[in-house]
Amino acid sequence: MRRFVDLHLQPSVNDSDQVERMVSRSYELGYRLVGIPLPPNVTRDEVSQLKGICKDVGIDLVTRVGLTSKTPGQLLHELRRLRRRFEIISVVCTSKAVARQAAKDRRVDLLSFSVTSSRGRFFDHAEAELASRASSSLEVDVAPLLSPKGFSRIRLLSTLRKEIAIAKKFGVPVTISSGATDLYLIRGPYDCATLASLFGMATPIALRALSETPLTIVERNREKLSPDFVAPGIRLVGRKKDCPNA
Amino acid sequence: MSQRVRRRYLALRVLSEQPINKRDVEDAVWNAVLQLFGESGASQANLTFIEYNSEKSWGIVRCSHKALEMVRASVASVTEINGKPVAIDVLGVSGTLKALRKRMLLQSKAMT
Repeated sequence: MRRFVDLHLQPSVNDSDQVERMVSRSYELGYRLVGIPLPPNVTRDEVSQLKGICKDVGIDLVTRVGLTSKTPGQLLHELRRLRRRFEIISVVCTSKAVARQAAKDRRVDLLSFSVTSSRGRFFDHAEAELASRASSSLEVDVAPLLSPKGFSRIRLLSTLRKEIAIAKKFGVPVTISSGATDLYLIRGPYDCATLASLFGMATPIALRALSETPLTIVERNREKLSPDFVAPGIRLVGRKKDCPNA
Repeated sequence: MSQRVRRRYLALRVLSEQPINKRDVEDAVWNAVLQLFGESGASQANLTFIEYNSEKSWGIVRCSHKALEMVRASVASVTEINGKPVAIDVLGVSGTLKALRKRMLLQSKAMT
């Protein structure tokens, strides 16, 4: 059975009631792993409190931070500072220079783009080529598709269709997330998959973008963040205290 | 000889703060289909509301099997009814009403 993942649930982190309601609804709809964006200066206590709420509901929490750096230099600085503290790092690309830097950096997991302006989306052929080499994933949120009507939705669907085609051509993995800021914007995984068909993603591929693709990113990062990780393919199996004869 | 029409039945659940009547849900779903797929798309959907229980906020709609994805996307795109935020979830899809009702019964028993 598929394990569905929503890497972008956006409750107000300080409001534990809202977090619980949104996480419960996600669980009810079939998600088993959710990612909640946290502020960079979040404390360990706050994270463990959130993990406790999610554990009570029966869902696994992934810590995530969204970087909105203005320059490539600032992005590099933030990546150095935050990579070891969060399981998922997404970069909201606000300029072309930042988008290019994020796409070629292996520490970036998800590339997000502005949904309000089509000029703020920099996912073109060059970006896709860099992202495919660095194995970063393109993140598409479903919630921004629900609210606008008329021309703004037409424009967004058209842009997403182009981006998905480019991502497919260059083999860039795509992750579909809810991007929900309240309870009423969360949709079930199969509903998200049918909404993805509006911008040209076939349902089986969309379902993969809601399960296997984000799950692979989380598992890869959890392995890297574990204290036993040495290098890709090499991990510590025992320490001095485990080998009494040594 | 005409081919038998294949249909799909969808069980829907409306999530809202206040109960919403059948007419409003029907209008919201029709408007969503029209907005996303236009009149031509809506005519192919063969959309019919079979039943709706406003107290329990769930209902059943029928559509052509070819328009299932279209109807599902439209239902998922509904975000408000009468200015109030709502979400409509598809709880299950089946080829027959009997099987859908049976499945919904099992699901509600499992939840209680």
